Amino acid sequence: MENFKIDIDADGVALVTFDVPGRSMNTLTGSVIAEIPTLVEKIKSDDAIKGVVITSGKPSGFCAGADLGDMASGMLAGGGDLQKAFDTGWALNGAFRALETSGKPVAAAINGLALGGGLEFTLACHYRVVENDPKIQLGLPEIKVGLFPGGGGTQRLTRLIGVQNALMQMAEGKSWRPNDAKGAGVVHEVVEKGQSVEAAKAWIKNGGKAVQPWDDKGFKIPGGGPYHPAGAQVFIMGNAILRKQSYGNYPAVLNMMKAVYEGVQVPIEAGLRIETRYFIKTLMTPQAQAMIRSLFLSKQELDKGAVRPAGVPKSDPKKVTVIGAGMMGAGIAYVQAMAGIETILIDQSQEAADKGKQYAVDLIQKRVSRGHMTQDKADAVLGLITATTDYDLIKGSDLVIEAVFENREIKAAVTKNAEAQLAKGAVFGSNTSTLPITGLAEASVRPEDFIGIHFFSPVDKMMLVEIIMGEKTGDEALAKALDYVLKIKKTPIVVNDSRGFYTSRCFSTFLMEGMAMLEEGYSPVLIDNVGRMTGMPRGPLEMHDDVALDLSYKIAKQTREDLGDKYVPTEGEQIVATMVEQGRYGRKNGKGFYDYDQKPKVIWPGLAELAPTTKGAEFGEGPEALAAVDELKTRLLYRQAVEVARCWEEGVIDDPREGDLGAILGWGFAPWTGGPITFIDQTGLKAFVAKADELTAKYGDRFKVPQLLRDMAEKNETFYGRFAPEKKAA
Amino acid sequence: MADAYIYDAVRTPRGKGKKDGSLHEITALSLAGQVLEALRDRNGLDTGKVDDVILGVVSPVGEQGSDIARTAVLAAGYDQRTAGFQLNRFCASGLEAVNVAAAKVKSGEAGMAIGGGVEAMSRVPMGSDGGAWPTDPSSAFPTYFVPQGVSADMIATKYGFTRDDVDAYAVESHKRAARSWAEGRFNKSVVPTKNQLGLVQLDRDETVRPNTDMQTLAGLNASFEMMGGMGFDAVINQRYPEVAAVRHVHTPGNSSGIVDGAAGVLIGTKEMGEALGLKPRARILGGASIGSEPSIMLTGPEPVTRKLLAKLGMEPGDIDLYELNEAFAAVVLRYMQALDIPHDKINVCGGAIAMGHPLGATGAMILGTVLDELERSGKSTALATLCIGGGMGTATVIERV
Repeated sequence: MENFKIDIDADGVALVTFDVPGRSMNTLTGSVIAEIPTLVEKIKSDDAIKGVVITSGKPSGFCAGADLGDMASGMLAGGGDLQKAFDTGWALNGAFRALETSGKPVAAAINGLALGGGLEFTLACHYRVVENDPKIQLGLPEIKVGLFPGGGGTQRLTRLIGVQNALMQMAEGKSWRPNDAKGAGVVHEVVEKGQSVEAAKAWIKNGGKAVQPWDDKGFKIPGGGPYHPAGAQVFIMGNAILRKQSYGNYPAVLNMMKAVYEGVQVPIEAGLRIETRYFIKTLMTPQAQAMIRSLFLSKQELDKGAVRPAGVPKSDPKKVTVIGAGMMGAGIAYVQAMAGIETILIDQSQEAADKGKQYAVDLIQKRVSRGHMTQDKADAVLGLITATTDYDLIKGSDLVIEAVFENREIKAAVTKNAEAQLAKGAVFGSNTSTLPITGLAEASVRPEDFIGIHFFSPVDKMMLVEIIMGEKTGDEALAKALDYVLKIKKTPIVVNDSRGFYTSRCFSTFLMEGMAMLEEGYSPVLIDNVGRMTGMPRGPLEMHDDVALDLSYKIAKQTREDLGDKYVPTEGEQIVATMVEQGRYGRKNGKGFYDYDQKPKVIWPGLAELAPTTKGAEFGEGPEALAAVDELKTRLLYRQAVEVARCWEEGVIDDPREGDLGAILGWGFAPWTGGPITFIDQTGLKAFVAKADELTAKYGDRFKVPQLLRDMAEKNETFYGRFAPEKKAA
Repeated sequence: MADAYIYDAVRTPRGKGKKDGSLHEITALSLAGQVLEALRDRNGLDTGKVDDVILGVVSPVGEQGSDIARTAVLAAGYDQRTAGFQLNRFCASGLEAVNVAAAKVKSGEAGMAIGGGVEAMSRVPMGSDGGAWPTDPSSAFPTYFVPQGVSADMIATKYGFTRDDVDAYAVESHKRAARSWAEGRFNKSVVPTKNQLGLVQLDRDETVRPNTDMQTLAGLNASFEMMGGMGFDAVINQRYPEVAAVRHVHTPGNSSGIVDGAAGVLIGTKEMGEALGLKPRARILGGASIGSEPSIMLTGPEPVTRKLLAKLGMEPGDIDLYELNEAFAAVVLRYMQALDIPHDKINVCGGAIAMGHPLGATGAMILGTVLDELERSGKSTALATLCIGGGMGTATVIERV
């Protein structure tokens, strides 16, 4: 065995050290899965072995779960051969089942994180000891990439802690920290760092039983199964809550529930077979495949700097100045200090700068009070942030990021003053979300070092950073900006300069399609409900309120002025203008499409006069109503996807991974699609163009696809096929 | 095909469906048996001529399980050649049993049959038979399952009925039920339920409150608000996104009551009636069932009415009296709105809001009620219908002879 090392001690306890060669982290590779039966055979047949303790030989953790890329291709390797897919899928469940029925007690000494298949591995052990390290997470996060636990998680966790608790954890993909895991009944014992092997051995020496609770006679699911009076309620409510949260967009959620419902009614082994069947069914859905590719594989690649110019040596930003201590600047200061970067936070007054630092103080204090950070570490992080008004302190910075008011003159002055302090090779980044970078770079004396670094709000929660190349921005500045983004553990995408860049430009089409529907006479309630049903985080009207209607109005006005005769008005613009003229700016002044002076917010009654409802209320109970709703959903998704395609044709984006992930992480584009590029690819270029043409005929030129898509449809191409990232690199 | 005639219809009074209800100490078998005995004894029936007894039961478990119809036939001392089977079309089971009995008679399979139902809700609680629909994600997810009360509240929300509207309807139901009892309109059908000693245990519907008014009803809390808030409102809202939010208007005061009871309708061919010396009271013109949108669930009566009337070549205006089970006030209000039926033509003797809804039996009960009322008022045609779980409707049209 290359992955497991066995040392039998004097008491007959076999210490199995799990250590996948050549990897920094243990994952359930094909080789690991193939070796577990060998391991079990050894445990069973070697009379010297009285019991087993499994631990990790990696400092990085116990096991991070399956290798999703390998797994998906492995299970689906047989094409349409479902029996083959089942047999491949069953390998893991069969191996875990063999482990827990070997007849000898097996304890897991969890000395690092155990996620997904990693946690499932430990659930197939009879006893779990975890070390008390705040860095250790135990959880089943599969749902986040369009899957669900398929290594016995749906069967063992439900049988261990009850259906309700297990479902809640699996449906949200949340993790436990060691003590919470103990409280939840997922692990048996929490011990100090470095003590897990010893504690696990002690359990075996004290007569630990080699039988799982669910293999005990008379075992009953905690809380009851689906036809137990209390258990029934859990399933009935569970179905409702999962539909409420998923809008029926995620096959993984439904299939997970099916695996639980059907699985807990039968003995564990049958339950595991049912789980494997639903797991494969899920894996075969376009949604799962899209999500695995974008949210797991592409994200990993971008997080490792896949789009970084290869020729530039790696840099390590040690000191970074943030100018402007408003909400964005304060958020940026916080995340980079957390990443260990010396941070100068500058504003016009000391008071404003201090207020910006206070934001970090509050967030860090919260972490300390929750036990997620020690006071020493907190002090160290806060010590990295200097709040000041003094531009002299910029000296020595590897990077300056300005997050000042969206005004060309102000930004120009800041650029000039900051550059005066910067050494050669240091980069100046602008966190503008609206002003073209090429124009802002005109204020710079070295535009090759000037770049857009667009954060999203709130900075500590939003994982994307959109890097914008100005016309003159050099590869070196790009590489340094990317090194910075990777250091603060955000996901970068690199786009070319355009009005609204990539994310803001495409996101605005979602808002404007909602405005267009409003003008057509659809009820505001319907529009927002349908918006959420597409898988977007909120509906277009409420989201427009959040963004601020006056901001939208100002951008449209600026665009009109800049483009002059070339300006093409957008459907729905008029209603935004009217709202702003009536002093309705959105959530920020409590008056938008909704009134915010009560909770929950209610549609502003005056909207009925501005945009009288003539459609939607007549929707009946028949299937034609569902079709009408589907048409609205289609419009919202297509409108965004068409704009993404235009961005591609104009060269704003040129990597499908960035197009997809930028959309999901940047503006919340329906994650079930895997992103707009994958949405187009999976719809099929021909079908997409045909539907877009139909929408163009019905609703206007805003659905007109660029020539690129017609060419691709003609040749039966896809974005991921024609513009495969590997090809681009080569 | 032969015509199917109604020769008699009987029902028990409805007892409050709780441990302190008068019928709680009477078994479901006894309730069903007493109905069968009454049909036999009132008509001097040679039970050897009754081919089949069909009883609707919605929770067919425990004492209501294992084909209670055959059990009741035997316990009531019917001829051993009389067969029996139990069916379940949820709330319309009792009417479906009548329709199936009529179909058997029309087809020539039976000369004489009994359709009815029984539900001892105080003894076998609603839902005690489990069922996959809400529980199994394979059915709950794609159909946007919500409990009926949330569906009823969605009907009120979508079709514009306020709390006052539904409460006012409920007040009228009690008023009509009380007046009907006072005037003896139920005397023909109601057979007092006897206890183990043969003494009368209950002779009136137990839940009618003649003094119910808007003020008392207004004080009641909405029954399904909490349940809705836990997730079901959001689910049905995904099916009806044009609705801002479900308004919860239904309370125990404007929804049907939980009660115990049983009913039966004696149906046969003209020839068999003559042979047994019975006088036909009405002809069954036809029956129908339909499926409707399952999430809002309770709007099936409208399409099944349209379906049946079209089949019979009739218009809504051709029906003199309507009976629609008062499962929830909004169900009836929506039906009246959709078919433009005036309130004085529907549920004229009150309904389940006042008198209760013994699930499996109600359909047969309301058919008997409307037959009595046709005779009392000298009118001719009536349509009985019920909304049904799972999104269905069942209806029957009769004509007095």
